Amino acid sequence: MEQFLGFALPGIPYGCTYAIVAVGLVLTYQATGVFNFAFGAQAFAAAFVFTILTQNEHWSGFPAFVVTVLVMSPLVGLAFDRLLFRHIPNSNSMAKLVCSLCLFVGIPSLMTVIFGSQNLDATATIFPFFNPNVVYFTLFDTPINGIYLSTITVTIVVLVALTVLLRFTNLGLQMRGAVESRRLVQLDGVNSGGVVALAWVISSFMAGLAGVLLAPIYGNFQATDYAALMVAAIAAAAWGLLRSIPIATGVGVLMGVISTILQGYLPTSSLLFSAVIPALPFFFLVAALLILPGMRTLDLSRDPLSTIDPPPPPTAAMSRTPQMDRLIKRAWWVLLAVFCVSMLTWIPTTWEGVFNAGLALSTVLLSITLITGMAGQLSLCQATLAGVGAFTAAQLAIHLGLNMIVGGLVGAALAAAVAVVLALLSLRLRGLGLALMTLAAALLFDSTFFNAVSISGGTPGLNLKAEWLGTSAFFSFNGHVLFVLCMAVLTICVAVVLLVRKGTVGRNLAAMRGSEMAAAGLGINPTWQRIIVFALAGALAGFGGVLVTIQQQVASPNAWNTDYSLVFIVLVVTTGVATVEGAIQAGIGYYVVTQILTYLPSRLGGSSLVIVLFAFGALQYARHPEGVLEYQKRRSTQRFERLLFSRHADPVGAPLSTSTADG
Amino acid sequence: MADPPLLSLQAVAKSFGGVRAVTDISFDVHAGESVGLVGPNGAGKTTLFNCVCGQLRYDHGEILFQGLSLQGWPTYKRARMGIGRTYQKVEIFTDMSVREHLLVAERARRGEGRLWRDLLNMSAPLRSELDNIEAIMELVGISALADTSVNALGLGHCRLVELARALAGQPKILLADEPSSGLDVRETAEVAKVLRTVQRERGTALLLVEHDLSMVGEVVDRTVVMDLGSMLATGTFNEVMDNPAVRQAYLGQMGAA
Repeated sequence: MEQFLGFALPGIPYGCTYAIVAVGLVLTYQATGVFNFAFGAQAFAAAFVFTILTQNEHWSGFPAFVVTVLVMSPLVGLAFDRLLFRHIPNSNSMAKLVCSLCLFVGIPSLMTVIFGSQNLDATATIFPFFNPNVVYFTLFDTPINGIYLSTITVTIVVLVALTVLLRFTNLGLQMRGAVESRRLVQLDGVNSGGVVALAWVISSFMAGLAGVLLAPIYGNFQATDYAALMVAAIAAAAWGLLRSIPIATGVGVLMGVISTILQGYLPTSSLLFSAVIPALPFFFLVAALLILPGMRTLDLSRDPLSTIDPPPPPTAAMSRTPQMDRLIKRAWWVLLAVFCVSMLTWIPTTWEGVFNAGLALSTVLLSITLITGMAGQLSLCQATLAGVGAFTAAQLAIHLGLNMIVGGLVGAALAAAVAVVLALLSLRLRGLGLALMTLAAALLFDSTFFNAVSISGGTPGLNLKAEWLGTSAFFSFNGHVLFVLCMAVLTICVAVVLLVRKGTVGRNLAAMRGSEMAAAGLGINPTWQRIIVFALAGALAGFGGVLVTIQQQVASPNAWNTDYSLVFIVLVVTTGVATVEGAIQAGIGYYVVTQILTYLPSRLGGSSLVIVLFAFGALQYARHPEGVLEYQKRRSTQRFERLLFSRHADPVGAPLSTSTADG
Repeated sequence: MADPPLLSLQAVAKSFGGVRAVTDISFDVHAGESVGLVGPNGAGKTTLFNCVCGQLRYDHGEILFQGLSLQGWPTYKRARMGIGRTYQKVEIFTDMSVREHLLVAERARRGEGRLWRDLLNMSAPLRSELDNIEAIMELVGISALADTSVNALGLGHCRLVELARALAGQPKILLADEPSSGLDVRETAEVAKVLRTVQRERGTALLLVEHDLSMVGEVVDRTVVMDLGSMLATGTFNEVMDNPAVRQAYLGQMGAA
């Protein structure tokens, strides 16, 4: 018993760290209606600045705490509300989710861009009551030091304070009302804008507090530490249905305790130790998603005034005149011909590689067009599915000597099968629930299959060999040949997406996006439609993964981890998730911008600034859900139409007008 | 011997937690018949509709359609069997034109949606499908809106689109849930006219939930009254309206007196 308690006790402070962040997620969701994926990133940013001030600038702990937690973090929360989330209608849960993902991806990269890569070793404490380096007492052979005591104390204080705020104060009542409908609460005379802004300030303060508090636990901390913390916190918050602070706290602590108990009892060299313990939050999250009925209706809009929201704007292609349509289509064909000829003749090798990489990535991104653009669901595991395709093809090449292209077809089929399993697991989930399920799947693959050296080759990955692409010269690593291959595959994939979109399945998906209940009431089988779209998207992502692997000449687990799944969403949302050209522009744009940035000073170069640019571009999703590029295309088209055809275009964002409509 | 009922509800009950939303409801609807289901707010009418369509599972009793038990059948299969529905809160497919709404329904009725047909570009609307759609739009009076996006339509037109979409599925019975809700007098009269035509000319049975009693009296052959989840009365419209218990439920003590 003493041994059991000795293993369990150290888990309590770890569990408290999960609990603090979980409670922060619950508070943000309860008070603003946003499932704030960026909470961990905000915590990281606060810890980052706090450590820079104390470590590099030699400030003492208290003023650094005041600047980062009491000033910077609340201001960041206020900025989130004023510049971003207040522009998203209550009913648009997809936009809220995507924007928080953009911040999750963008903030850590922004810190790197502003401050450069830093070696942060958090030792300063903000709590003068407990010294982190002092062991105050020993319990069941477990030394209890200042960090542990600080964590547990703060968790208790936060738990009590937020419960009182949300349950027993008028402000808490107003916050809960504003989450349902800001506009309705306003009609009752409440300054709902101010209430929600205050909620953001409080939740960001919480993020800052959690970040600074938890940094010493990690010591030499990185953004990934906070991302991992977020996963456990999401699982804990999910068990509380994003509503119950006590349950979220309890599950958070429980996960910490179970984790240290398993660490204590399992042999460190065993597969269970390396696979089960990191995947523990995944199991908690999946169990919550499958067991709790409340997770199925998590982000259903209950705003009675949602009907006054304007309809989504039409795409540029739908809103232009037939003359303009013809002109643009011809221009596209000319551009495509010029591009193809250029790629095969004069384009320098560096840029040839850039465009080939973009074309290959576009195939993966097309899978997001299918799932998010056509089916209206958010999948956070498309990079994982691409990885499944890539590693399958590579392993088949290694063990069976199969050509990568043939193996790619098998890989695409396997990725489709994985996607179908996911679809079946998440049949009853929508929106946020589905996003969390796919996120959990991505994390499971990261910590298990992609982590296994026998499958992925470990950190260096599996380097491609020329013979894997066949013995003929056609499949040598020649840029021109690779371009032909990428173009051929991309053309087929684009054709598939376009045919599905204009076919019966596409119409059924569009119907389900509008009202799944009504679609089923007409005779559409929603389960089957969902399986079809997941399988297709999985196959596209899987084969796209093989193409990217051929282009990069390595199948690396780092190229297909969860972070990239999130980055891919951000990329496509920036350019336009509803159109195939949006995916292509995102794929090519990502590599072109990356290449251009290599000409900048080294600190600004690399992937950080690219991610920041796309992430903050994607934040435009709040105002323009069709994608910022798509929005600009529509505006430019209308300007050109006025110029060329003297047409008085409809105002931007207006619904499709009709003389017979009475709306 | 009388024809077996098209839809038969036998002692159907549904509870939400401890709240009994529907208790022991039994009545039949025959082919081509028009039945009104009326009652005050909270009577359980929409819950009963949801049980019939499969959007809710009933706890007790039995619902038979053409003699087959519907227990365990998913919503889409019930729709393909011939149960059509409109909704109290309009459920339309944003981003689609009126014609596309009807095309979706036309295809869904036959359970179509094979991926290979899409991939071989064989999913273009057929002449026969377009003719059916035109006929229904003509019947409902929305032909002029055929290519209009529903985003641009007002509530009245959206209700007509919803009705046309349900009819495009060629249902054997149409469950219309407060079709006049939010409509003005002229629009209500239009909807009533369409429902009468559908029932009398196409032989579609109708189960109508409606608060506008004058519309109910105009459209239905028989009326079932529900209150607090239970069945209060059944008979012709005039019979049930003369029933003191019904007047009590609708108008309170003063009305009953």
